[in-house]
Amino acid sequence: MNTPTPVLRLENIVKTFPGVRALDGVSLSVLPGEVHALMGENGAGKSTLMKVLGGIHQPDEGQVIVNERPVVMNGPLEAKALGIVFIHQELSLAEELSVAENVYLGELPTKGFGRVDWHELYQKTDAILAKLKVGFDAKTLVKDLSIANQQMVEIARALTVEAKVVIFDEPTASLTDAEKRVLFDVISDLQANDVGVVYISHRMEEIFKITDRISVLRDGQYQGSVATKDTDEEGVTQMMIGRKLDLTRKESNHELGKIALEVRNLSSGKAFNDVSFQVRSGEVVGFYGLVGAGRTEIAETLFGLRNKSSGEILLNGEVIDVKSPRDAIEKGISLVPEDRKGQGLVLGMNCRDNMTLPQVDDITAGPFVAEGAEIAIFDQYRDSLDIRTPGWKQDVGNLSGGNQQKIVIAKWLSMKPNVLIVDEPTRGIDVGSKSEIHKLLRKLASKGLAVIVISSEMPEVMHVSDRIVAMYSGRVTRTFECGEVTEDNLVQAISGVSKLA
Amino acid sequence: MLRLSKDEAIRFLGKQGILAAFVIFMLVFALAEAKFISADNVLSVIRSSAIIGVMALGVTFVVVSGNLDLSIGSMMSFSTIVVLDLHDKIGPVLAILAMFSLTLLLGALIGFLVGYLRLNSLIVTLGMLSAIHGLTLTYSGGKNMDISDKSSWFSFFGQDSVMGIPVPILIFALLAALLGIILSKTPFGRKIYAVGGNGTAATFSGISRSKTVFFCYLISSFCVATAGLIQASRSLGSQNTVGQGLELEVLAAVILGGASLLGGAGTIAKTVVGVLMLGFIQNGLLLMGLQFYVQFVVTWVIIILAVWLDIAGKRGKLWSPLA
Repeated sequence: MNTPTPVLRLENIVKTFPGVRALDGVSLSVLPGEVHALMGENGAGKSTLMKVLGGIHQPDEGQVIVNERPVVMNGPLEAKALGIVFIHQELSLAEELSVAENVYLGELPTKGFGRVDWHELYQKTDAILAKLKVGFDAKTLVKDLSIANQQMVEIARALTVEAKVVIFDEPTASLTDAEKRVLFDVISDLQANDVGVVYISHRMEEIFKITDRISVLRDGQYQGSVATKDTDEEGVTQMMIGRKLDLTRKESNHELGKIALEVRNLSSGKAFNDVSFQVRSGEVVGFYGLVGAGRTEIAETLFGLRNKSSGEILLNGEVIDVKSPRDAIEKGISLVPEDRKGQGLVLGMNCRDNMTLPQVDDITAGPFVAEGAEIAIFDQYRDSLDIRTPGWKQDVGNLSGGNQQKIVIAKWLSMKPNVLIVDEPTRGIDVGSKSEIHKLLRKLASKGLAVIVISSEMPEVMHVSDRIVAMYSGRVTRTFECGEVTEDNLVQAISGVSKLA
Repeated sequence: MLRLSKDEAIRFLGKQGILAAFVIFMLVFALAEAKFISADNVLSVIRSSAIIGVMALGVTFVVVSGNLDLSIGSMMSFSTIVVLDLHDKIGPVLAILAMFSLTLLLGALIGFLVGYLRLNSLIVTLGMLSAIHGLTLTYSGGKNMDISDKSSWFSFFGQDSVMGIPVPILIFALLAALLGIILSKTPFGRKIYAVGGNGTAATFSGISRSKTVFFCYLISSFCVATAGLIQASRSLGSQNTVGQGLELEVLAAVILGGASLLGGAGTIAKTVVGVLMLGFIQNGLLLMGLQFYVQFVVTWVIIILAVWLDIAGKRGKLWSPLA
């Protein structure tokens, strides 16, 4: 086969962190003018690989080869100098500065005495913006732009250098359809100029629309590359998870109890609108949708962190009013939040203190915290959830993601809730712990708990849920009973294409 | 030979550096000046540290909750002026009650602004430093306050001893024990660590951040009033500026003890150690014949050193471009 010289080649990259082999012999090559998809589940090693490419991590073994020359990169600036440019999912812009200043941040054009050459700056920036066909100019302040337009500024930033490889990390997460089309135009322009494009995304539909080849990582290992036209979604999924997806879930083999939680026509400002659903005790109800569909906001409303603007919440048939997390906790509603480190745990505190935090007022002996009783609670849940830690004195920040998540789950189970809401239960957790947590959620339901699982991972939500509520843009688009859900109709329901039921 | 890598050495410095420096300092001074470790001198250092110490106990609560209190110096001046003025007018008991009530009211105001309105504690308490100073001067008309009856039992808190131990030291010790137990053993104490360590996670666990912070400031103002009582009782007369600059000394002692300015870490026992360290360092410098005013410079150097070693120990590097 007559293939052109790759602009970027990775050979057998190995990167280990204490206790984890994050990348285990990954090879990859990107051809000029190619759009190359990089896929893999969360924790598969994509972000570590990107950090190696960006010069943030140095590989333990293996080589990065740019234009057939092995290179060593000691930092993002060196990577950029080699023509490797990143468009990050998380924006890293200075909001108070203008678009132009952001685009040329760190390399503003100057004239005599080190003064900024504003004229040249605005001219050069406007030239790039014209290529992107955006509706704002170089002098606009970044803080006045929508998130999507801020993303465009990131892209403009990438176009200031003679890029050889441009890496897009989930670029469409916050874009509208029209904005996506502009982005895809930009990508085909890059392609036409023989730039290699690496495209990281979970969205199959985009992958099959714009990419030429797909490479897959699983557990830090390279699973291979295929031409996009030679495979389909099922094939890629199989490569990503290492087995065929069992999309049909077996009927629950335990009796469902009565309705534990019912939500009627609940709305909260612009976040979500007219949402109704029921959760029976013994049932796992999954909430699936894109980021921003309003799922987390529903959880926050149920937990008293956000005010409802209309609608009713019923717990065991009674209308309840939840004004604060304390209210929710006292009524038996618990929330395992999506941001484990930011919202779930006090990282500088030990395991035991984290676990008993919501009930510290109640486990007392006289005026003091009953530490013996706390340790008993810790021991009980360490054993029943199989939490691996040297002991309760361990700072929770030292545990692995999976064990940290189990501490958060234990924290709420020990409150003996009626309803357990779990938001993104396995985000950033390795595959082994993932399936443990899935089993745990199923087990809790089988013991009669009403469980709500919010997840952005389709296999996860399909695997753990008895029913699935699909959301799009703040509304429930469809509720799937067990057995009627397929990958296709689920994707349709969350992308707003299916008709409202 | 004990061998340490550079990283380990930095981590050790970060954790124990201050203590190590203090031990070396004490040894050098003890060798240079025998008087330094005489029982008399040690007792006098502790005694003169009591006022700073009592305030440092309260500030520890505030700092562990993730906030600052820079208003304590001028708040102490205020409480001192109030109690001395009222002593002759309404008698010592009512004067003391009035002083505690008014000081707690100021603490409640700060607690409300920082806890419930979520205003930045640095700005609020820096502003209060100035505002309370103005309040004090308005109250006193700028004049110094004196107690006319110098034989009043009011002098007990600052001048007497019980079983050979000066009362200020007793008050410091008792208050330290009480607040130490509250911070380390009660649900309220646990909540302070949670709020200071990660306020969002505390909220997600059903803990009221506002209420917790509010009570920390209330405790801090109670300690300030107690310190003001000792001060007033010791001198039986006072200037409007008696507490000026003490906020930095107190903060130095608290940080020296190892409380993190980021919140979530620190204990009363460590603060007591920090207070004593500061006291002995200042005393040592005086014994060496340095001018009294040098201590202001030294206090600042100590704060900088303590803060630097704290973050260097956490990030494992003496300097880093990130964070």
